[in-house]
Amino acid sequence: MGDSGTFWLPEQASTIASQVDGLFYFVTWVSAILFVGVVAAMLYFAYRYRRTHPSERPTPVKESKLLEISWIVVPTILVLLVFNWGFKTFIEMNVAPPDAYEIRAEAKKWSWLFTYPNGTQSDTLYVPEGQPVKMTMSSQDVIHSFFIPAFRVKHDVLPNRYSSVWFEATKTGTFDLFCTEYCGTGHSDMITQTKVVSQSEFDEWVESGGGAKDLPLPELGKRLYSQQGCQACHSIDGSSMVGPTWQNLYGKTGHEMEDGATVTADENYLREAILEPGAQIVAGYQNVMPASYSNLSERQLTALIAYMKELSTNEAPSGD
Amino acid sequence: MSTDASAAAVHAPEEGAHGEDENYLNHETGLWSWLTTRDHKRIGIMYCLSLAVVFFAAGMLAMAIRAELIAPGQTVMDADTYNQVFTMHGIMMVFLFLVPSIPAILGNFVLPLQIGAKDVAFPRLNLASWYVYMAGAIMTIVALVTGGVDTGWTFYTPYSSSTGGGILWMTAAIFVAGFASIFTGINFIVTIHKMRAPGMTWNRLPLFIWGLYATSIVQVLATPVIGITMLLLILEQSLGIGIFDPALGGDPILFQHFFWFYSHPAVYIMILPAFGILSELIATFSRQRIFGYRAIALSSVAISLLGFMVWGHHMFVSGQSAVSSIIFSLITYLIGIPSGIKVFNWVATMYKGSIWLQTPMLYALSFLFLFTIGGFTGIMVGVLAVDVHLHDTYYVVAHFHYVMMGGSVMALLGGMHYWWPKMTGKMYNETLGKIAVALIFIGFNLTFFTQFILGAQGMPRRYYDYVEKYAPLHELSTYGSWVLGLGLFLVLGYAIHSLYWGKKAPANPWAAATLEWTNVAALPDPHNFLRTPLVTRGPYDFHLADEVFGGGDGVGDGRAATAGTLEAPKPAPSAPEPQESH
Repeated sequence: MGDSGTFWLPEQASTIASQVDGLFYFVTWVSAILFVGVVAAMLYFAYRYRRTHPSERPTPVKESKLLEISWIVVPTILVLLVFNWGFKTFIEMNVAPPDAYEIRAEAKKWSWLFTYPNGTQSDTLYVPEGQPVKMTMSSQDVIHSFFIPAFRVKHDVLPNRYSSVWFEATKTGTFDLFCTEYCGTGHSDMITQTKVVSQSEFDEWVESGGGAKDLPLPELGKRLYSQQGCQACHSIDGSSMVGPTWQNLYGKTGHEMEDGATVTADENYLREAILEPGAQIVAGYQNVMPASYSNLSERQLTALIAYMKELSTNEAPSGD
Repeated sequence: MSTDASAAAVHAPEEGAHGEDENYLNHETGLWSWLTTRDHKRIGIMYCLSLAVVFFAAGMLAMAIRAELIAPGQTVMDADTYNQVFTMHGIMMVFLFLVPSIPAILGNFVLPLQIGAKDVAFPRLNLASWYVYMAGAIMTIVALVTGGVDTGWTFYTPYSSSTGGGILWMTAAIFVAGFASIFTGINFIVTIHKMRAPGMTWNRLPLFIWGLYATSIVQVLATPVIGITMLLLILEQSLGIGIFDPALGGDPILFQHFFWFYSHPAVYIMILPAFGILSELIATFSRQRIFGYRAIALSSVAISLLGFMVWGHHMFVSGQSAVSSIIFSLITYLIGIPSGIKVFNWVATMYKGSIWLQTPMLYALSFLFLFTIGGFTGIMVGVLAVDVHLHDTYYVVAHFHYVMMGGSVMALLGGMHYWWPKMTGKMYNETLGKIAVALIFIGFNLTFFTQFILGAQGMPRRYYDYVEKYAPLHELSTYGSWVLGLGLFLVLGYAIHSLYWGKKAPANPWAAATLEWTNVAALPDPHNFLRTPLVTRGPYDFHLADEVFGGGDGVGDGRAATAGTLEAPKPAPSAPEPQESH
């Protein structure tokens, strides 16, 4: 990994990082100056007024109101300054830009799963460079926490509600992503990578279902079957669930619809059934399939149908 | 030795009924006399022994943690063991050691002596507090045996709801041990209000008493909340009532609010009495009045009250609303100011003083160094935007170790050295004492300063294993822990040596001006004072404290004691007899 951070802080790879670091260094330097002042005074006094004879009885020092007030007022001003600065940056960190690209993160013991708008899933976080990204996060079990040091962002991931962070990556590369809320045995293994890639590379990656560009179509379809949640309603072993099984669906002739019509389950029928599930309802089933599959890419559609072909022993329907 | 004679000189003319060498240690003997004692000094010693065992055990766990982290991957234990080890380290150090430490050991021993009282207001309650504490400690051991606890000392739900059977014992232990805190707190508040010697006005209270007073307020008000929290956790686990666990319809964030509502004020339970000790040490070894006495006294009380309003700064990234975070951040800064005032005042106290660099003073100076770093890094993690990056990393680990160990433990060690002659009647080896301070100071910084860098670089806390780039600093930190451990073992060694072979201590070896030194025998009488003292000056008015310097040159420093010419210090004026405390 590209480790070009400073002595104190890791590499900066997000728009917010430089602001956080500026504040970090401001507090560090002001603290260092005051600290050196305090310690120097302490050591100087310890030397200058060291006891030279056991019976020394120094005259009491009169308290100085001015001095006391000054070391109440000056630190107060300093901390209010720092508070104000930290508060402004914090607000910025908390309000995602409206055009942010949304990625879902699901945490569980002890892994991460990221889901992209088109259904692509990955356990490595791919994000585009120069595009605000908003993570909407939830946990399946205990509390976890999403932390990318190079981006300076962190937020707990909770089991009973969504939480979110946003960031805009400023350079391509690979960065650590840690879980920072203790979650048991594998807590320290709950590490993955954030891969920042160019926008075009990212689009291609998402399009192909998460780096599945070179996957054979039926393989990709099989992956999409579980990633897209198809398996929740459609079995592949012939059993009837919420929706019709995919076993021997492809090429089925005389497929009966609710309105009594029959169709042949060819490529175009299946394509329509995915993109517009309400158009024709199979007899005996409810019209409950979400319309959200209309945003599947062409390749994903073809892959799903190729997978269905594999699950079927029917003859390919004649092209009439 | 001549100091035998000095003890006799104080006693003999006063009360013929007492034997020549009668003191609180030898007027009754046998285990039973200790187990049934109502003497605040003996209870202090009993607490001291119990806490020393806890500190040793929890310290060895710390060494085990550092040993595991010396290199990435598995080195000496597996992940589950590691998780239990750091959990036990945290629980024992916080709930069983730091929270009771200074009030229970030094507070118990010193408080009545410093205000001129015969004992605390409720001696039986005081003894009960030790028994309750021991019950809590034993339940902790049961928890360890019945399956271990691996939740971290914070017990965050729902993780803690999902883990093994030990957790019920552990939470019950903390619930029980909390009562020991409450008993001590009530006792101290009443004692300070009602049992001060004549002339001991609020403005003449030693600052250690002010620190204990502020601490007691927090103990009494905050401890019930952790009790309730632990009880709710027990109810949820045993009866399945949904309070914190989302699976049962509860809210895990609610637990965090409950937990930190106690545990943040608990930080002040740990540090406020340390502030008190520091004032005693700086004043005595600078032989100066504390600069800004009122500011230090009142800032302790201010901290104890403001301390209840900042708990949310532990939750900036946990899912509480941004508005809450902003308000908590603001109040957090306000609480930083009183601590800053104290540091400036302590340094200013040294100005034009007569500074004697004995071991207790070296601990005090180490405290100033370390606590100032702890304080500044506290400001850092209070900065909202920066905390988002630093939260739950080693930066926070380093920060609270600088405050808790660099602050509380250094002050406790300083205080133990300071009052050691009064507690045991023996002096310790000064040279070894100074070597130990140096080892502890260097070891501590090596162990924990490296962790600031690790944390800022992004190293998360509670990690059994870590990515390669953090390895060098982790290794250095582990070496530091060895130096630190060596220093602490050296203290243990010369403390034991001193008990058996130490030189007998004079009544006032440091030429201090508070009552426990000026009006109490080298080893205190079972009833502390032979006559009720009459207080005519402030606790650090060395220019008025002629009795401290009564024996001529050298007496004040106690050096003459070793030379064999010490006379008993002339007691400060006593109130006219008969004078009963009410």
